[in-house]
Amino acid sequence: MQYGAGVPENLTMDKLITSFVYIGEGKVFVNKRLIFYQEKIVTFAEFIKALYKQEQVSYPKFYKMDSLSKLGFMTSELLLRNEIQGRYQADSLAIVLANSSSSLDTDINYQESIRDRSAYFPSPSVFVYTLANIVIGEICIRHGFKGENTFLISEKFNSGQLLDFVSEILDNRRAEACICGWVEILGNQFKAMMALVENDNTILPLNPDFRPLPFSLTAITDLMNVN
Amino acid sequence: MDELINKLKKEVITQLNLEDISLDDINPDAPLFGEGLGLDSIDALELIVLLEKNYGIKIEDPKDGKKIFHSIRTMAEYITAHQTKG
Repeated sequence: MQYGAGVPENLTMDKLITSFVYIGEGKVFVNKRLIFYQEKIVTFAEFIKALYKQEQVSYPKFYKMDSLSKLGFMTSELLLRNEIQGRYQADSLAIVLANSSSSLDTDINYQESIRDRSAYFPSPSVFVYTLANIVIGEICIRHGFKGENTFLISEKFNSGQLLDFVSEILDNRRAEACICGWVEILGNQFKAMMALVENDNTILPLNPDFRPLPFSLTAITDLMNVN
Repeated sequence: MDELINKLKKEVITQLNLEDISLDDINPDAPLFGEGLGLDSIDALELIVLLEKNYGIKIEDPKDGKKIFHSIRTMAEYITAHQTKG
């Protein structure tokens, strides 16, 4: 199926990307502004902890999350900071995320923990993260969101697929705004992008530093290549 | 007992990824759940694994968990009475 083919660019112009975050190649951008850079990344764990500390996030459960959830959590923290507090009802904000490795990073960790039958101690706290959509759950718990959510797995980033899913949700008024993007990690290779998409009649001028972008195939593709 | 309590504190911090918590932050008599460290149900399962992995203790009856995991001290007392390794 050719995603995005049935959605002409002009039909999506009523929806705007009002904020976005990109994490990749050691850099973190919030609305095109570089806020964090680690030239030499030793491990993902060190990178994300340094970002967590720099941004002074206080959420002890962060340390218990797997890598995929830590990446998604921090991306959403930066995306939603000062942006959306109190603007939407809990059930009026949807989340659509995607990646290519699903929860494989954690699946491998879990498999390692049960490989040795003579020291067979499966970790419940690792096991609970062996599903990719848990990252959405962590974001929802943090912010109290109860809206529709979907996690998609595709070999490569598919802007058309994302455009279709988000447009369908917003056009049918199943949500007033949607967080969408890509959260991918396998070992120390990682990349994340999240965008906040809103119907233009709901937007308040909270972010004077960033001019909203039309929610289009071109814009979504560009956000994945901010670096 | 004090030595075991300190050892347990370290193990709990590591096993439950309590990175912002130091040994001194844990009162050995404070409840582990509901208040204090604010542990959840997954943490309870991790504590069961910890007892089995580090001390060779299997909790056969889940109902015993409430008493055993009330605090670090009650854990230490149970370990002292039932330890098979470590």
